[in-house]
Amino acid sequence: MSSATFRIWRGNAEGGAFEDYTTEVSEGMVVLDAVHQIQAEKANDLAVRWNCKAGKCGSCSAEVNGNPKLMCMTRLNSLPLDEPVTIEPMQTFPLIRDLVTDVSWNHEVKQRIKKFRPRDPDAPDGSWRVDQYDVERVQEFRKCIECFLCQDVCHVLRDHRLHDKFIGPRYLVYTAALEMHALDTDDRLDDLANEHGVGYCNITKCCTKVCPEEITITDNAIIPLKERVVDRMYDPLTKMLRMFR
Amino acid sequence: MTYESFEYDVLVIGAGGAGLRAAIEASAAGVSVGLVCKSLLGKAHTVMAEGGMAAALANVDDRDNWKVHFADTMRGGQYLNNWRMAELHAQEAPARARELEAWGAVFDRTKDGRILQRNFGGHKYPRLAHVGDRTGLEMIRTLQDHGIHQGIDVHMECTVIELLKDGDRVVGAFGYDREKGRFRVFAARAVVLASGGIGRAFKVTSNSWEYTGDGHALAYRAGAELMDMEFVQFHPTGMVWPPSVRGILVTEGVRGEGGVLRNSEGKRFMFEDIPDLYKSSTADDEEEGWRYTQGDKEARRPPELLTRDHVARCIVRELREGRGSPHGGVFLDIAWIKARLPNGAEHIKKKLPSMYHQFKQLAGIDITQEPMEVGPTTHYVMGGIRVDADTQMSTVPGLFAAGECAAGLHGANRLGGNSLSDLLVFGQRAGQYAAAFAKEQTGASVNPDEVEAVARHALVPFERAGSDAEGPYQVQFDLQDMMQAQVGIVRSQAEIKKALDAFGQLYERAGKVGVQGNREYNAGWHTALDLRNLLMVAEAVAKSAILRKESRGAHFREDFLEKDPEQAKVNTVTRLGSGGEMEVVQAPLAPMRKDLQQIIEDNK
Ligand SMILES: Cc1cc2nc3c(=O)[nH]c(=O)nc-3n(C[C@H](O)[C@H](O)[C@H](O)COP(=O)(O)OP(=O)(O)OC[C@H]3O[C@@H](n4cnc5c(N)ncnc54)[C@H](O)[C@@H]3O)c2cc1C
Ligand code: SF4
Ligand code: SF4
Ligand code: FES
Repeated sequence: MSSATFRIWRGNAEGGAFEDYTTEVSEGMVVLDAVHQIQAEKANDLAVRWNCKAGKCGSCSAEVNGNPKLMCMTRLNSLPLDEPVTIEPMQTFPLIRDLVTDVSWNHEVKQRIKKFRPRDPDAPDGSWRVDQYDVERVQEFRKCIECFLCQDVCHVLRDHRLHDKFIGPRYLVYTAALEMHALDTDDRLDDLANEHGVGYCNITKCCTKVCPEEITITDNAIIPLKERVVDRMYDPLTKMLRMFR
Repeated sequence: MTYESFEYDVLVIGAGGAGLRAAIEASAAGVSVGLVCKSLLGKAHTVMAEGGMAAALANVDDRDNWKVHFADTMRGGQYLNNWRMAELHAQEAPARARELEAWGAVFDRTKDGRILQRNFGGHKYPRLAHVGDRTGLEMIRTLQDHGIHQGIDVHMECTVIELLKDGDRVVGAFGYDREKGRFRVFAARAVVLASGGIGRAFKVTSNSWEYTGDGHALAYRAGAELMDMEFVQFHPTGMVWPPSVRGILVTEGVRGEGGVLRNSEGKRFMFEDIPDLYKSSTADDEEEGWRYTQGDKEARRPPELLTRDHVARCIVRELREGRGSPHGGVFLDIAWIKARLPNGAEHIKKKLPSMYHQFKQLAGIDITQEPMEVGPTTHYVMGGIRVDADTQMSTVPGLFAAGECAAGLHGANRLGGNSLSDLLVFGQRAGQYAAAFAKEQTGASVNPDEVEAVARHALVPFERAGSDAEGPYQVQFDLQDMMQAQVGIVRSQAEIKKALDAFGQLYERAGKVGVQGNREYNAGWHTALDLRNLLMVAEAVAKSAILRKESRGAHFREDFLEKDPEQAKVNTVTRLGSGGEMEVVQAPLAPMRKDLQQIIEDNK
């Protein structure tokens, strides 16, 4: 057994500081294990979110040595342990306490996106016939575990704080899943162009790089959405038809 | 003290599959609905379910229908199930699955474009609708995304610590918000518990911190009966290495796709012990087993797909007899299918993507190349709140329960995939009947003295801050160690007795824990408050286990190895005695309807 030092942010919206905790580490441990061990041994009131410990629920998002990560999927042997490991909360959202942030903005954004509206069923028992090929495209987006790491890293939200103008990569993925859903009949392109601010994304791909589910956020979701919006807005015929609707 | 107050027709406690489905149904019935959960929305246990949801859609094998599903469920539960629940479940699951699709779920498809179904232990035909190995995520997200547009009032990160009563009736609940530690009082005409399981009572578990048996304990303290608490499912395949991930689930889907279990001698030990009840439906040799996993309708299932209780015990036998893997498990090998399938490695990644990732990232193992090491892990509780089959109302008026926290459907052992369908079928029913019940009530009056007393009690651990009082974690760890060792997979009178003797001291320690800091998002305080629920459910498990002097389903007694026909006629009921003590008694099962008996005969 050896030990390592973890520099963990302690504090709330009013302020706080990093505190160093040294604890034993063993083979196979992940960052979340170390945090739990510190919580049980030294800091009972340390605030941290988690549920599954297996990268399935998207609760344990934080910044580890400055990188947005799921703590439960970040093994200690992937980090240099000869210096303190820094663990801090996501920066894009307001802090509640220690490693826990207020992510309620995300839930509000989702509420504003038009919900799924299927076409009439194909069969009398209320079911549909869909090709596996058609579901796969959307299934990639539906892998999202709502960890909000992509929201955390996107500069439009993180640096420019345009939370009221831009829904962020997570919700562009969500919109893409609806727009490309084989059964959906609604139309979200106007919203995307206007209230949802798809234009603010300048395709830096930072979101794709941090996604723990390896969703190709930019190439597969955002760019196709941008193309659809552009086609709609600049195609004079569509524009004219729409004026009469 | 000050409280935030809310009033609803129906209050749903828990936002997993069962709670969300109940809330959606109740609000569709036109009543006001509040929904409370300990975590953020969409993070409940349901999100972790992997393998799939059982429903006799007959999309893959047209011989399937509700009757076969019913018979499979009863056989799996060793006939202790509430047969009416098993009947309703089998009949209604297909409609609930299709409804999910209408709300946007994207299941894997058959060649002709219908919902694809896969094989699972104990199910005669391919029956599990699924999305790769992340079916639970698909389900909870679909319900969540549908539910947020239904006008349901959601209280996330809010923990209920007591139910409130007016006479015999439940009329609300008391809780605190995790963020600031403020108290909330919910007045409600009907309350639905959908709080999930009790896995945290054991050391090795696939369950998260949320699973402290809150709903079971809340109901018990409110005077409701619990049933069949001795039946705790130990899933045969949890990760065993590295130590920090011990217990994390390895889906049964691995075996459904052709994965096999071997001991350190390379032997497929599951062929050595096949229970009589399943002899006629189990493959004779490896070849037939393989054909079954590949969809050959003439072939019978490999013994790896026998029920979970049996597979878990066979693994324990191998371990005890010294044929385990290096880290104390056995080998689960899916990589071998490359010898049979040209695109084997790709096929594995496609069918089991999250297992591939889980092992790659957490254990540094590539499951397309080498075998996994697995061993049993505490997974699910069949026991729970005793409910009426049709309405899901508990023995206390106004209190309903659905999902894992309710008892009845699964009897002595749950079949894989029967939980996700359970959540939808009985979540829907609980929502419907809770709404109907609420409409009949004229009002709900919460007693301020009762509220005050609960609040004071909740704050007691802070009074010991700064003293040398013990923190809550060590008490929790000691309880988990004890349950694992003494009331685990293999049980005996002497061991359970030891555990029962230790409870007094654990209760005493739990009653004296102190917490540091303040009420804001304080994990120590939360753990301290959960402790008494955890202790209560653990005691119920132990007391029920000592009473059932036979081995049946998930309950295995090494001092009573056989099934006892007399014990087949009784459920175990736990309730709060008039003197505050825990009463555990046996209650006779209701005689089964003739037509259902016939279905069981026909499917033998
Ligand atoms: C890893 C894993 C894989 C599984 N795979 C499958 C599968 O493939 N197929 C299958 O059928 N089943 C599977 N299961 C079982 C199944 O997932 C669960 O039994 C099921 O999801 C339970 O759902 P639920 O709605 O009853 O409760 P949960 O989804 O657990 O939700 C419980 C809710 O109650 C809330 N709650 C609890 N206590 C309180 C309180 N005091 N106050 C307020 N809120 C509270 C929680 O916050 C949560 O929202 C699996 C389980 C695990 C752990
Ligand atoms: S690609 Fe777009 S959405 Fe993604 S991080 Fe960059 S700006 Fe944000
Ligand atoms: S898209 Fe990826 S990074 Fe973004 S919330 Fe979903 S899972 Fe997380
Ligand atoms: S705890 Fe669920 S993703 Fe980390």
